[in-house]
Amino acid sequence: MKQNKHDRILLAHGGGGKLSDELIRKYILPRFKNPALEKLPDAATLNLDSNTLAFTTDSYVVKPLFFNGGDIGKLAVCGTINDLAVAGAKPVALSLSLIIEEGLEFSVLERILDSIARAADDNDVAIVTGDTKTVEAGAAEKIFINTAGIGTRIEGVTLGFDKIAPGDKIILSGTIGDHGMTVISQRKDIRFQTQLKSDCAALASLTGELLDKTAGVKFMRDPTRGGLAATLNEISKQTRLTVQISEADIPVNPTVRAAADMLGFDVLNIANEGKFVAVVSPDCADDCLNICRNHPLGKQAALIGQITETTDLPLVEMATKIGGKRIVQMPYGRELPRIC
Amino acid sequence: MLERIYKAQQLMDAACKTLGRQINIMEVCGTHTVAIFRNGIRTTLPKAIKLLSGPGCPVCVTDQGYIDIVLDLAQRDDCIIATYGDMIRVPGSNGSLETKRSAADVRVMLSSTDALQLAKDNPDKTVVFVAVGFETTAPATAVVIKEAAEEKRENFCILSGHKLVVPAMRALLAEKNDKIDAFLCPGHVSVIIGYGAFNEIVNDFSRPCVVAGFEPMQIIEGLAEICRQLSQGKAELKSIYTAAVTEEGNTTAQQLIAECFEPADGCWRGLGRIKKSTLKLKDKFSRFDALKRFNITETPVEDTTGCRCGEVLCGLIDPPQCALFGSACVPETPVGPCMVSSEGACAAWFKYGRKKQR
Repeated sequence: MKQNKHDRILLAHGGGGKLSDELIRKYILPRFKNPALEKLPDAATLNLDSNTLAFTTDSYVVKPLFFNGGDIGKLAVCGTINDLAVAGAKPVALSLSLIIEEGLEFSVLERILDSIARAADDNDVAIVTGDTKTVEAGAAEKIFINTAGIGTRIEGVTLGFDKIAPGDKIILSGTIGDHGMTVISQRKDIRFQTQLKSDCAALASLTGELLDKTAGVKFMRDPTRGGLAATLNEISKQTRLTVQISEADIPVNPTVRAAADMLGFDVLNIANEGKFVAVVSPDCADDCLNICRNHPLGKQAALIGQITETTDLPLVEMATKIGGKRIVQMPYGRELPRIC
Repeated sequence: MLERIYKAQQLMDAACKTLGRQINIMEVCGTHTVAIFRNGIRTTLPKAIKLLSGPGCPVCVTDQGYIDIVLDLAQRDDCIIATYGDMIRVPGSNGSLETKRSAADVRVMLSSTDALQLAKDNPDKTVVFVAVGFETTAPATAVVIKEAAEEKRENFCILSGHKLVVPAMRALLAEKNDKIDAFLCPGHVSVIIGYGAFNEIVNDFSRPCVVAGFEPMQIIEGLAEICRQLSQGKAELKSIYTAAVTEEGNTTAQQLIAECFEPADGCWRGLGRIKKSTLKLKDKFSRFDALKRFNITETPVEDTTGCRCGEVLCGLIDPPQCALFGSACVPETPVGPCMVSSEGACAAWFKYGRKKQR
């Protein structure tokens, strides 16, 4: 193959001509070898072993592109896998769309593509279709990625808000805030030295095992943007039930706690990329906890609370470590570092 | 820990019985405000203890006139505005830095040093550092002013909104709210100014002043100490934040402030103009003063929104008593500054317990 003369992405790489072809054949195809993709059809044809499918999509715009514990590529694969996983599906195939800003170094693109390939391989998920576009310098933040994912519904599993009932227990699969605090700490305008590491990981192997081995899982969600607070508030809002949690039982990495305190952030509002919340029937809570704790991605799993009847308005209420109580509100979008 | 909390609670219960009336304790530190809400401390206290969130959040006490000057400067093509995060959402008379951000060059900074670096990186623009905060952030501003002077960095200046805590406490008691029984004094500020600085409040106004840290245990024990003093009819100065606060404070930081700034009369939201309560650059550094650089005169701005942040800051009302609270004024679209900062009283009330907490 002819050597690429360019070391950066040009607008022409998205123009549909020679350079586009070179970008796809030289950089993308070799990394994602599979029968569905090889002949570059307009649409992938898949043979699946179930006709109940889960289908999801998500776009990734993280800054910086590379952070301790992951990068935008790994995130784009794991994030979409996780959306399928918490819906009770086994992830099968992903699409991959790249929106690349003119001027992005090929070396950076290659690192991201390698990471995507590795994450897809590790999780036995194929990239079966895709697209690349380029935009003018300044119109994007180096690269934006969209992935859509298809999964087959795990047999006998139906999850949903409507299954949740008073008395159900809430399990959290591990520490919170790791991803969000890592990314914030490595942002150019904030940057401080820490030992933080993103929890970016694909959860399908853990959720799959949980759903295979127990029958009491009623609902799962990965607390990404908005953190644990957003997920619990969504549960309360959709079910009109009250969510009670205990601060002392929520696992938080001490470095994450310290960094969040320093910036004045509430760790409950900080994003996670490798955790899930599961609402389970009370009789199988211990089993679920054990399964999580015996899996590498759920070692610090904890029972953090329960669902109760609502007396006034449905809300999320937290018993604090000192024996007080407070309401956990839906976060309002953007955490700002405080002044002193 | 729970044992110590129980002991403090018993002390407070006993004090409340002895006094037989409501006890109004004001905290003058945004970090205390948040810690009190985040830990649900109000729900652990006897009903007779009322906590008031005073003028302790730098964003909240900044008056409208100052915000309007920042917004005007943001409109200039030759300026980059460097600001601490929470300032960008404070509404001025016409929009906020956040709404102006797409048209203006506004950068969020974590430190004053970053702002000076920004000036070095952008020699063709003037970086205006929105220097707000109490004695905690003023030394950091002083450091960069000295550095800018040494480097002859002419494309850097500050708009000083720095404020002093003790003059505000005096003004509160003397003119606005004499129902405040005691102060839970700020931990961070006390690290700099020393707990001795609150002696004048104890001596001149006979109000207990207790300096506490930010762990919930510290706050509860600080409140218990205040209750003990009040029930015994005493007003004393005490610091229980012994790990970080000394009587004289951080003299190096104090010298830095004294070297670059001098106290000046200035406007506070809710409290109005207070004598010698703000920090103004000394004459020898006046070329770094954005007001002088851009020939701006401060004009008092009348707040016409119906926002009652001023009364909240004086401890005269609780946030839910403001008609705008939770309806027109919510964290997404704040009308007043106390709803903006995570440390603002209104934001804390809204976020952590508008339904259940007193």
